Amino acid sequence: MRFLFKTDYRQDLRLARQPGQRLWYALLLACLLVAPGWAGSYWIAQLGFVLVYAIAGLGLMVLSGYTGLLSIGHAAFLGVGAYAQAWLTSRGVPFVPALLLSAALSALAGVVVGLPALRVKGIYLAIATLAFGFIVEEVLARWESVTGGNAGLAVGAPQVAGYTLDSPAAFYYLSLAVCVLATLGVLNLLRGATGRAFIAIRDSEISAQSMGIHLARYKTLSFALSAALVGLAGALYAHKLRYISPEQFGIGQSVDLLLLVVVGGLGSVHGAFLGAAFLIVMPQLIVLAKDWLPPAVAQASGLQALVYGLVLMAFVLFEPMGLYGRWCKVRTYLELFPFYRQGMFRRQKAFQRSERLK
Amino acid sequence: MSHSQSDTLLSVRELTVRFGGVLALDGVSFDVRRGEVFTLIGPNGAGKTTVFNLISRIYPPTGGEILWLGEPLTRMPPHAIAAQGIARTFQNIELFEHATVLQNLLIGHHTHRAAGFWADLLFTPAARRSALAARRKAEEMIELLDLQAHRDALVAGLPYGVRKVVELARALCSGPRLLLLDEPSSGLNVEETEDMAWWIRDIRSELGITVLMVEHDMSLVSRVSDRVLAMNQGQVLAQGTPAEVQAHAGVIEAYLGTVDDVASLRRAA
Repeated sequence: MRFLFKTDYRQDLRLARQPGQRLWYALLLACLLVAPGWAGSYWIAQLGFVLVYAIAGLGLMVLSGYTGLLSIGHAAFLGVGAYAQAWLTSRGVPFVPALLLSAALSALAGVVVGLPALRVKGIYLAIATLAFGFIVEEVLARWESVTGGNAGLAVGAPQVAGYTLDSPAAFYYLSLAVCVLATLGVLNLLRGATGRAFIAIRDSEISAQSMGIHLARYKTLSFALSAALVGLAGALYAHKLRYISPEQFGIGQSVDLLLLVVVGGLGSVHGAFLGAAFLIVMPQLIVLAKDWLPPAVAQASGLQALVYGLVLMAFVLFEPMGLYGRWCKVRTYLELFPFYRQGMFRRQKAFQRSERLK
Repeated sequence: MSHSQSDTLLSVRELTVRFGGVLALDGVSFDVRRGEVFTLIGPNGAGKTTVFNLISRIYPPTGGEILWLGEPLTRMPPHAIAAQGIARTFQNIELFEHATVLQNLLIGHHTHRAAGFWADLLFTPAARRSALAARRKAEEMIELLDLQAHRDALVAGLPYGVRKVVELARALCSGPRLLLLDEPSSGLNVEETEDMAWWIRDIRSELGITVLMVEHDMSLVSRVSDRVLAMNQGQVLAQGTPAEVQAHAGVIEAYLGTVDDVASLRRAA
């Protein structure tokens, strides 16, 4: 066991609070920086996907994991970001301003969706966001003069400061840079008053309000921030795939994002990364498993969806805190060995709560 | 009344609330003076918590008004009440369950935050100063209410008695002028109730915070309150010192029934 002595309030404001953390994250970053040197371009491309999905995961994590608002239409923001980026860069807007504009446009869409969130809650909000997802998908398919309709749209390689980033490694570094900045931003918010207000709304709206938190403002802010991050991921996604079409931003993608945050662990920044890694690694594992399965099963078209569904159910039932929650348990077990007790992470049943808002 | 108008912090005037066919409050009036502990008592359903919820603006009154330092509170949005210097606790504890005790207390400081969204996003020096100020306030309250051992514990895992104290600490972190305590001793054992009585006195005398409280435990009420208001079925029965109210015939009747009722019970037995 180890004890951490605290002698200054500023210690708790640091991003790395445990003594060894700084070293481990520096090592991780160093590994990620040198990865293109030794890993093949296929793996670098996959790692790039993990980073893009991690940004989107951070976005949904802010909304669902920290503010407690459920969304099953988040692929729509990915679509808004992707199409905005494609359209802007095709009009000659440089990469960085286009990226910021795409995120801003997506945030604006987030505000529009956030407005009903002030009135509806829980499952009804999920339905409202689901409807929004379908509307955006339909708009992308029908607004042919801008989006190219169902035929899709080709997107060029990003051009930053005169360089064309068309190799997987170059794009990987770009995604890494955006991802690190997005993560730092989210971590900053979470250690400040804004992040705490989100958490307050998630856990008890009535008492958040009596603490002086403007529910409407913070819920809208959370939606906008979440949409901006997912839009940012969408913009990178467009450059990554070089070709976008409306069906990439449908309900399937939204469910993938939801799967990402639940499997990763709701309410943890680590969870967004673990979930993103899961989402990218899983199809590869399924492909590998196909060689071992009887052909009737291996050739079935819905195999991936079935496996995803089972995994989601298994996590909801057995590990609601996701992969990150599991990791915390393992870490605690090792730290306390041999004193870990069975029920240490078991949640107590909530007491009766007083009157809720609406 | 011997006290001048400037001594009145909160003034409730002819407050009436109707939920459908139920008249929850029927013309309730009282004044809370600066620096006193004012207690609302009464049987279940008397409308005590309703008064609190009206002050917190959780729902609007049907009639009457609430004046805070002479200004009508009923025109303010619910989230603006805390910034006015009014903090509250809840009867059944409304803490942020999946956050630590410290985080809960820091949220209590929300109205005093000096940094907005962009400052937080970049964690500017202003955001850092604001976070440190919140932390200092939280630590003062941890010190006052002996919560050191639970600082980094998740609220979801804490025993009931400790949660009650955490909720009190969170309310104090907003630096209120008026503290609304909804049944501070409910669910507490004898020692915990004893501590609560001390703390309520400390809050009033050391921090100079006026307390408006709903409470059932009459021994606690008579030990800490300056004035008591007894209610029944949405109406005021009596008002005065704890001893005066406890001796009031209407109050005894509301709690125990009339002498005739008792006599008839005796006959039936």
